[in-house]
Amino acid sequence: MFRYFIRRVLYMIPIILGVMVITFVLFNMLQKPETVARRLLGPKASQQAVANWIKQRGYDKPLFLNTQPGQRLLDSQFVNYMVSLATFNFGVSDATGQPVIDRFKEGAIPSLSITVPAFFLGLALAISLSLFFVYVRETSIDFAGTIFAVALMSIPVMVYVIFGQWLFAVLLKYFPAYGFSLQGPDMVRFLALPVAILIFGGLGSDIRLFRAIFLEEIRNDYVRTAYAKGASPGAVLLCHVLKNGMINIITLTVASLPMLILGSLVLETFFGIPGLGNMTLDAIHNSDFAVIRATTYVGTLLYLVGLLLTDLCYAWVDPRIKLQ
Amino acid sequence: MTPLIQNILVLVTLAALILGICVFLCSSRWERPRARFLRSTSGKFATFIVVIYVLTGASNLILTPWLLPDGRPLSLLDAAFTKVPKEISYSAPFAKTDLKNRPLKGFHVLGTDALGKDVLELTLKGASTALLIGALTSLIYIPIGIVLGISAGYFKRFTDDVVQYLYSTVASIPGILLLVAIMIVLGKGIPQISIALGVTGWIGLCRLLRGETLRQTERQYCEAARALGERDMAIIFRHILPNVMHLVVINFVLGFSGIILAESILSYIGVGVPIGTASWGIMIDSARMELSREPKVWWTITSATTALFILVLSLNLLGDSLRKAFDPKAS
Amino acid sequence: MSSSFLSVQNLSIQFQTDEGTVDAVKNISLDLNKGETLALVGESGSGKSVTALALTRLLPEPPAHYLNGTILWKDRNVLTMNPTELRKIRGGKIAYIFQEPSTSLNPVFTIRNQIAEALRLHRPEVKNIDEEIIRALTAVGIVEPKLRLHDYPHQLSGGMQQRVMIAMALSCHPEILVADEPTTALDVTIQAQIMQELKQLRKQFGTAILLITHNFGIVKGFADRVAVMYRGQIVETGATDEVLNNPQHPYTKALIACIPKLGAHRKRLPTIDHDEIDKALSTV
Repeated sequence: MFRYFIRRVLYMIPIILGVMVITFVLFNMLQKPETVARRLLGPKASQQAVANWIKQRGYDKPLFLNTQPGQRLLDSQFVNYMVSLATFNFGVSDATGQPVIDRFKEGAIPSLSITVPAFFLGLALAISLSLFFVYVRETSIDFAGTIFAVALMSIPVMVYVIFGQWLFAVLLKYFPAYGFSLQGPDMVRFLALPVAILIFGGLGSDIRLFRAIFLEEIRNDYVRTAYAKGASPGAVLLCHVLKNGMINIITLTVASLPMLILGSLVLETFFGIPGLGNMTLDAIHNSDFAVIRATTYVGTLLYLVGLLLTDLCYAWVDPRIKLQ
Repeated sequence: MTPLIQNILVLVTLAALILGICVFLCSSRWERPRARFLRSTSGKFATFIVVIYVLTGASNLILTPWLLPDGRPLSLLDAAFTKVPKEISYSAPFAKTDLKNRPLKGFHVLGTDALGKDVLELTLKGASTALLIGALTSLIYIPIGIVLGISAGYFKRFTDDVVQYLYSTVASIPGILLLVAIMIVLGKGIPQISIALGVTGWIGLCRLLRGETLRQTERQYCEAARALGERDMAIIFRHILPNVMHLVVINFVLGFSGIILAESILSYIGVGVPIGTASWGIMIDSARMELSREPKVWWTITSATTALFILVLSLNLLGDSLRKAFDPKAS
Repeated sequence: MSSSFLSVQNLSIQFQTDEGTVDAVKNISLDLNKGETLALVGESGSGKSVTALALTRLLPEPPAHYLNGTILWKDRNVLTMNPTELRKIRGGKIAYIFQEPSTSLNPVFTIRNQIAEALRLHRPEVKNIDEEIIRALTAVGIVEPKLRLHDYPHQLSGGMQQRVMIAMALSCHPEILVADEPTTALDVTIQAQIMQELKQLRKQFGTAILLITHNFGIVKGFADRVAVMYRGQIVETGATDEVLNNPQHPYTKALIACIPKLGAHRKRLPTIDHDEIDKALSTV
């Protein structure tokens, strides 16, 4: 078990290196530092200011190997870049000058307060609905449910946001349209609408996927055995099929658990939630490479943690799997 | 690109699509899937809708020798809207006057937008943009997916290791962030967005084909072909490719809907197509302002969302029907 | 007729598939008497498994469709029972074991859980479930059943898995055991053990057995009577010895000719020529 864990972690190193190369090529090679500096400092900035900006960030160094005399061979942009990412030293935001790591610390809680409830409530809702559709399979209800699920996933997420906000906050005035608070009874009022919208946005694809998983299970021989024992259709579904299907579902969904910290890109701006999604979107609008680079890198690490979690979960829920 | 070359390209693409459909309808290889597909009402209906969208999109890409006032060549779609004049600003569907009670020069079924452009025309052109991006993206990611997936599954060993490493690495970067990063670096534009979606979108297809090719190479017919001394390339093209082609087609159809959704989201967050391009994402984005003014401008977002919804829904239903037709057990 | 407690009369079953309807079972009738063993023999696709599953309406509907006929369990028609009555019979009165023990047991529940489920459904009066399960496992010849209780199916061999299936089926003291190709997926040596086990349990519990098989070899010395199925119809029934020694129907003759005999000359085993049989059938 422990050895398996170590092996998986070691396997991640080449992947992290690969991701570093990809992001390095994207951010440091495909565009000249002068262009970036000009864009951030404004067209009126002096030549000196641009040069300083570049020197400060080490963009004047060679890309891969420093072969100039009197210099350390590895004092290059790429090596420094790798070292800074590996030590979580993300530097300061290009746009605001604030340390990126501070923004991460500030934004994590607001993001999680939306995504975590949405994740678990959405999962529960999608599993119950898909079980229901499997219970009434091959009927017109099931057919309508499938079409409904496909329809839900055919709408882009921002339409849910715009429509939900307009209907429940502006027209019906059930919830505030904007704002965020984690204190007292206000919290529920502020969180309810974004959480509900996030759930709805992911519901369609989840229902479709889970329904397919449960239908796959129901064809297995053990279901026939359960019926032959005299179990009722409900018991067969809730006991036998659910537990087998959950193994697949848990392993599919647990991978996205760490990513919840990154928040929702589109949703947070709309509701003025000071989370990491909001931060990322701001960075996109300001071409703030430092923040985007850090977010991409952290997102990758979280994804890899998710893969590890998936393996552990598999071994935990499925008696047939032993990690070696 | 001259209008002539563009027209030829569009017509060649349409011809290729028609040829593909004809092969599906006539080839004896797909007799049973075809029969199953033709029995599904939703599949046939979805095909019909998609065909209408494709024709609309193509009509905006086929150019005539005439020029518009701004110097761009006039497309067939533009030609259909020459009778619809441009207004000053917003006007509601079927309205006689605009929002400031100025009389309108023409009649607009879906109203006009902030610049007085006809929303129906914009919506139809949005279809063209979406389909163009979908087609270009598919042209990039499908060859990558096929080549990498099949070679990994067929040659195994080192090739497989390299391909697996490649896709695990790209897959570990959160999709939307990688897309945004590429778009910021490349800049806005239709080719750029296609490249960004193309170089991130091949992983699903590659994985699928790798798995399926692994399964196919275990089959007896592959061993027989090898025993007969057929060369690798011959086996891949003559045996493996036809046997995994339906997966490519299903992936293409379902992937297309994903591309269209992704395009709208990217355009919405401001890293998609440039401002001024007819895009459903940009139309939805403009609703942020339009819904907060009085009177509310609801027709732009409604038209764009409806058009996008119907296309994506049809593509999803079509993909599902195809999947059921080819793999009835998995339905 | 009075002692027959399971009686199938003129049963026809159709399957609706994408490619049209298939008549899986055509107008068959058979009786099973208390404590008796009846073997239903036929090649794959002859409708014998469909018949077995139909006895308690285990076939998924759709695609299955009961065209006509009755299945009388103690003079009550199974086909018109409500779901609750049906569930009392399934497992409680008529229990099943299936061909593939490795997939027929639920992979994510322990042996104990799966047998306990059957007990709870049909014998709620049992207080000490563990004790009862151990008794059932001992009865089917599982050594150290206590240690096996918390095992998952994948930790057992195929023969052991089938024993667990039998223990599960018999734990509720059913009156009929339907064994649908119980040994087909097992090694030959295990096959013999399982058949031996079934023989002994039959003696011990007095359970009637409906044995579904394609193998005349295991019928001999096990079944009291044989019914031969071919293309959805029962073509011949009779006492086992009678049918084996003096088959009337060409298909039965062909099937019996396929049994390999010990000590016989090394000859190629005959194959069944379906066209010839069909020709014979149409002239009957």
